[in-house]
Amino acid sequence: MNWRTKDLLTLEELSAEEIVHILDTASSFKEVSTRSVKKVPALRGRTVVLFFHEPSTRTRISFELAAKRLSADILNVQMASSSLVKGETLIDTLKTLESMTIDALVVRHKSSGVPQMLANITKATVINAGDGAHSHPTQGLLDLLTIREYKGKIEGLTVTIVGDITHSRVARSNIRGLNKLGAKVRVCAPPTLLPLGIEKMGVEVFHDLDKALNGTDVVYVLRLQLERQKNNLFPTIREYSLLYGVNNERLKRAKKDAIVMHPGPMNRGVEISSGVADGPQSVIDDQVTNGVAVRMAVLYLLQGEQGEKNV
Amino acid sequence: MTPKIKAVIMEARDMDRALTRIAHEILERNKGIQDLVLIGIKTRGDVLAERLAAKIKAIEGTAVPFGAMDITFYRDDAGTHKPEKAPTPTDLPFDLNKKKVILVDDVLFTGRSARAAIDEIIDFGRPTFIQYAVLVDRGHREFPIHADYVGKNIPSSSKEKVLVHVKENDGKDEVVIAEVEA
Repeated sequence: MNWRTKDLLTLEELSAEEIVHILDTASSFKEVSTRSVKKVPALRGRTVVLFFHEPSTRTRISFELAAKRLSADILNVQMASSSLVKGETLIDTLKTLESMTIDALVVRHKSSGVPQMLANITKATVINAGDGAHSHPTQGLLDLLTIREYKGKIEGLTVTIVGDITHSRVARSNIRGLNKLGAKVRVCAPPTLLPLGIEKMGVEVFHDLDKALNGTDVVYVLRLQLERQKNNLFPTIREYSLLYGVNNERLKRAKKDAIVMHPGPMNRGVEISSGVADGPQSVIDDQVTNGVAVRMAVLYLLQGEQGEKNV
Repeated sequence: MTPKIKAVIMEARDMDRALTRIAHEILERNKGIQDLVLIGIKTRGDVLAERLAAKIKAIEGTAVPFGAMDITFYRDDAGTHKPEKAPTPTDLPFDLNKKKVILVDDVLFTGRSARAAIDEIIDFGRPTFIQYAVLVDRGHREFPIHADYVGKNIPSSSKEKVLVHVKENDGKDEVVIAEVEA
């Protein structure tokens, strides 16, 4: 497997083969997290900077754990406590970090394209941990790994993504990844929460949740991003919940062995009922576990060059 | 670079005899199977460890636990070189504390794999001791490592490759010397 890029910015840039290679490597790293000594020396002495400009708990912690379990050194740089609040530009902050010789930069930013911009000017590996509504590749990968573990494959499955697609980088990364590996993707939301032309990404569009869930293998529930709903895109949360909330009754339309996923954090009782979130079909906890493994795989694969084994 | 096979050094029967002898030597030296576990280094050492376990069971009548270890993340070049194939999970279905570990590999060459394997074993527990069994010792050591049990010593040039094939992975049991074409 030849690794072509130094960065991971979107799933678009990866081939199906590369995605499968990451998932296979992640399966190995998953075993490491079950040991009593949860650490391997693969990235000993490397410095990984977590550069988060948007609130995040699980992604940041997941990356931090992943880097620690690879024996890398970690630096947390957060917007509120960095020179950025004093007016320094992002690029100058990056140059400062680079002067202290860092190896990888994990970036979360509210604007789409920031990881790409930083990747263009730095020699360090840049990993996109979510940029605006654009992309969240490691989330897409951990979701693929979780689906593959439960279903044994991705190809031929039907996956229904329900919720606010417009604001969702998670949806975009999942659509890219699932399409590359041969799954059929449905999206379901009120028209105001669906971007125009979404069908060009290779998805089937539904506005009726019952129809969208019919015969699906995977139900992927997106968080209703309440902080981004200032334009009255739907009348009330209650109405959204009535029409697009996934509950046990609705779930019966999906295949009997369908799994339910959610990227977290959940608004219980809004997009997903507690009965479903904590029910037997929910694999939400596995998604979190797989997140660490996938991020270990990505950090490991992007560091250092591919080469002939030295025996 | 495709390796070109120059000579077959061991055939299936030779490999089997060597493993039978190693199984006897392990039992003789350790006076039985008390606390013994076998750990094979992937890929191929794990197959050989399983075969040794079967032979020991045939001799002693009691099974010895065996596991498989992927040492990719412990290699001294882990930070700079990535293997072509994705690594596979380590599978050690037993506690290693106070166990007598027989580490099994196909070829002993520089000794770097053994170093990595010892490091990984120690992350799993504190064994009483680790002994090292290999099917082939081809020389060219770079680390102070030696094998306790050797199937066959094969003097080789550093430009050659010594490849152990096992039927589980390669369809055929044999040990060959191959030339690496430039």
